[in-house]
Parts: sequence; C-alpha cells; structure tokens
Amino acid sequence: MAPAPSSTSSAVTLNINGEKHQLTVDHRTTLLDALRERLDLTGTKKGCDQGQCGACTVLVDGRRAVACLNLAVAAEGREITTIEGLAEGDRLHPVQQAFLDLDGYQCGYCTPGQICSAIAVIEEHAAGWPSAATEDVRPEAGPPPLTPEEIRERMSGNLCRCGAYVSIVQAVARAAEAHGEADTESAKETAA
Amino acid sequence: MREFGYQRAGDVSGAVALIAADPDARYLGGGTNLVDLMKAGVERPARLVDVRELPLDGIEPTPEGGLRIGATVTNSDLAAHPEVRRRYPALTQAVLAGASGQLRNMATVGGNLLQRTRCGYFTDLSKPCNKRAPGSGCPAVTGEHHNHAILGATDHCVAVHPSDMGVALAALDAAVTYETSDRQGKSPIADFYLPVGDTPHRETALPPGALITGVVLPPAPVAARSRYRKVRERASYAFAIASVAAALDVEDGVVRDARLAFGAVASRPWRARAAESVLIGAPADGTTFGTAADAELAAARPLPDNGYKVTLVRNLVVAVLTELAEEAAR
Repeated sequence: MAPAPSSTSSAVTLNINGEKHQLTVDHRTTLLDALRERLDLTGTKKGCDQGQCGACTVLVDGRRAVACLNLAVAAEGREITTIEGLAEGDRLHPVQQAFLDLDGYQCGYCTPGQICSAIAVIEEHAAGWPSAATEDVRPEAGPPPLTPEEIRERMSGNLCRCGAYVSIVQAVARAAEAHGEADTESAKETAA
Repeated sequence: MREFGYQRAGDVSGAVALIAADPDARYLGGGTNLVDLMKAGVERPARLVDVRELPLDGIEPTPEGGLRIGATVTNSDLAAHPEVRRRYPALTQAVLAGASGQLRNMATVGGNLLQRTRCGYFTDLSKPCNKRAPGSGCPAVTGEHHNHAILGATDHCVAVHPSDMGVALAALDAAVTYETSDRQGKSPIADFYLPVGDTPHRETALPPGALITGVVLPPAPVAARSRYRKVRERASYAFAIASVAAALDVEDGVVRDARLAFGAVASRPWRARAAESVLIGAPADGTTFGTAADAELAAARPLPDNGYKVTLVRNLVVAVLTELAEEAAR
C-alpha cells in the first residue's frame, strides 16, 4: 500500500502515454525516478541525472524536457509521453523506424532520449523556430532549411557515448523529410 | 536531498504570501538550476512554491513601443517569438546560444535571471566558497579559474554569471519587475545585479521574498541591427568563456548609436558603457572598434590563468561590430 501523503509527499495522478497513474510521491522524487522505479517504464534512461546528457528526454505537453530535473509532483496535470508511448501497436513511430533503418545508435542506451528529442526537433523546425545555427533569426528570413548543421545544433542536448552521431543526423534528416512530405500530402488532400 | 513541502501557486499574491511566511522556501520555475543544486546539496529549501502556472507567460507590446515579457515565459517561447526575433534579434540569439532544446523548454525568464554561477567551487560542498558559505574563502583566486572573471571581481569572489539571455538584456536596457507582499517594484538591469564587494552571496537587488513578474524591454530601434556571439569550449551546449551582445546604428559611415555588453567576464552581465562612449559619433571602422574595446578592458584585472579573455573579448568586439557595420553598409 502506498504511504499516506504528508507535508513532504503528495498523492498525484500522472498522465503518461495517455494512461492515468495514481501514486504517492515523496516530493524529492524526480519524474525520471517515478517512471523507472515506481511505474516500471524503464525505457527512459538515467545517464547523468544532472540535465547534461539528454538520456532521460521525454515529451511534456508535447515538448521535449529532461525527466531528471522535473519533479514528479510538479508533473501532475501534464501529458507525459515516453519512448513506450510512441509506437501504434506494432507500427513504430516514423522517427523510431528511421533510427532503425539508418543505424542511429550503437549500444542503444541514449536512443530513447535521442528519439524523443528528434520528434520534438522536427516539430520545432516545422513550427519555424530558429536555432543557434540559424544565420538570420528574423521572421522575414523564413524558416531555415534543416541542414545537417541545424540538426547537430538542435540535437546537441543528447549525448551519445558510442559516437553514433553521423547516423543519428541521417536518421533525423530522413524522418524530417518524411514528416515534411506527409504534411505536403495532407495539405494537398485538404486543398482537394 | 533535504525533504521539502510543495505547493502550487494559483496567483502572484498567493505565491508571494507563501514565501513571505517561510524564509526557507524557494520559488520553483523550470527547476533546471534549482533542482540540480538541491541534488548537489547547495540549495536546501524546506518548501517549494511552484510558480509555473501563474499567469505570467505572455509577451505583450508596451504602450511605449517596447515589449513586456512575463517571468514564466520559457526560454524557447521567448526565442521563437516573432516580435523578439524582429526587433531584438540579439536576444533571440542569446537565448538560443544557451543550454539545450530540452532545457530551454523548461527554463523560465525569471529563473534564468536568478540562476547561480557554475563555478566548480560553488557546487563542491567539500570546498570553501564565499558565495555558498559566506566568510569561508575563495579557492578560485589561487586555484582553477581559467573561466573566471576579469572585470569587477574582488578577492572575495571571482565567479562569473552564466546567463546568455542576461547579456542581451543588459545591452537592451531591460528592467526587471517584481512583487513583494506589500509592493510592486522595478529594477533596471544595471542595478539588478549587485557589485561583488565583500558580499558575493548577495547577488541581486531583489527584496527578500520578492517574485520576479517579468522583464520590460524599452523600445530600441538600434536593436534591429543587433547580434550575440558566444565563444565556448565546444561548438554547442556549453557555458560561455566569453560572449558579446552588440547593437549598432551607422549613418554615413559614422556610429549614431551603439549598445555593447559582455558575458562570462564578471559576476553579472557586463554593460560596456566606456566602450559605447568611444563608439558613438566615431567612424564605424576597425580602429574605432578596437579603441572602444580597449577603453572598456582597461579596467580588466585578469588572474594568472584567464588573461586570454582580455584578448578574446577585444577580438570578439571588433569582429561583431565589423559584421554589424558591414551589414549596415549593404
């Protein structure tokens, strides 16, 4: 049985991958530890536990964030998506498929974080966000093309100790391309 | 980590009242710095008041023609905002130069201003540090200080402020607004960060318990041509070893207006007013830019292992101003 909430713990409902989980958390519990140790969602990895490596990247309300610096109690009311929530049945998310097809990993430990981050990178770019690699950030300049340089900068919060960066960049580029084509297709359908 | 209470604030006055009642309480924004420092044992709050859901997440035009940025606006939303990109491009560039995509989605404007130094002695509980444990000493003066201050430091502390955003805000004459239990206040960024003196643990002019509610950017036509450039030890996702925020207005080859601020050289974002007074009215050329940098850096007091920063900042100033002047001539 879960311990009763006290002044230093709270009963919370966490919405993870569309499913509601009720648990009592000590306020010191990070979202990362809640996922891994309390909810058996061990796909999200613990690397540095200091916000420096990106292995614990998840999507919070659709935006990428590191789970190690999010407190579980502060995550109540937000929609959390982890690597476990990306596939539709046996059908992998297109970014997962691109990482598989292009060998965007070696040992695989950083991969769940890389994939969650890449999904957000593609969305952020599609929304027109500039990056530190963007020469002209003024809106009049239009969205920058998602060059390998842009991908490397936007993915710099995810470290890969195996050094699989070359194929990670290719995987993100391919997934972004497919995403752009899908957008064009649906725009055509809407227009038709 | 010490056990702590947690409450979510629904409104500003409620948040301020909770903190006023408990000197051991801290506001929690994105948590990217505070939670990290709590894990390290540097911060040991008894209570966190979560301010992320306060209605301070807007970016609005001011009647004067500037922008008002709410304290809980995330770094990502600030950097991506079309009016910020159009009117204050150096601010967007500064924010995007900091941290990673994940952290920028979490971090807030208020928290960014109040983030603590990344000096290794500050976060190492086994070492003395006047900022963490007042009066215990500063091992960085004779120790590891290759990334420490060259301007405005004292023997009590040579740590640098890590914010990129703050450097652009200093160049743009931003003001910080705050609220306490009995009043609202506003502090120009020039007065917001206190000089180091012999009290390096006192970092800002915020009254005890005050909540930052936002940042006001005055209208600044000069900022339309502005730039932030950061030098770091790797290409991305690292703190600066030096940075420059600059804005330049050139007419007929003469500097009409200029703004200049340096990052990672002092305990606060360093507004380079001595350099600006050399620039304004002078020919927009490399000689002027070098003289301006020298005028500011005359006050530099480098330590044995960070003298490179003097040359680095001078070169950065000349390079960035030259680029802006060339842009203006096009």
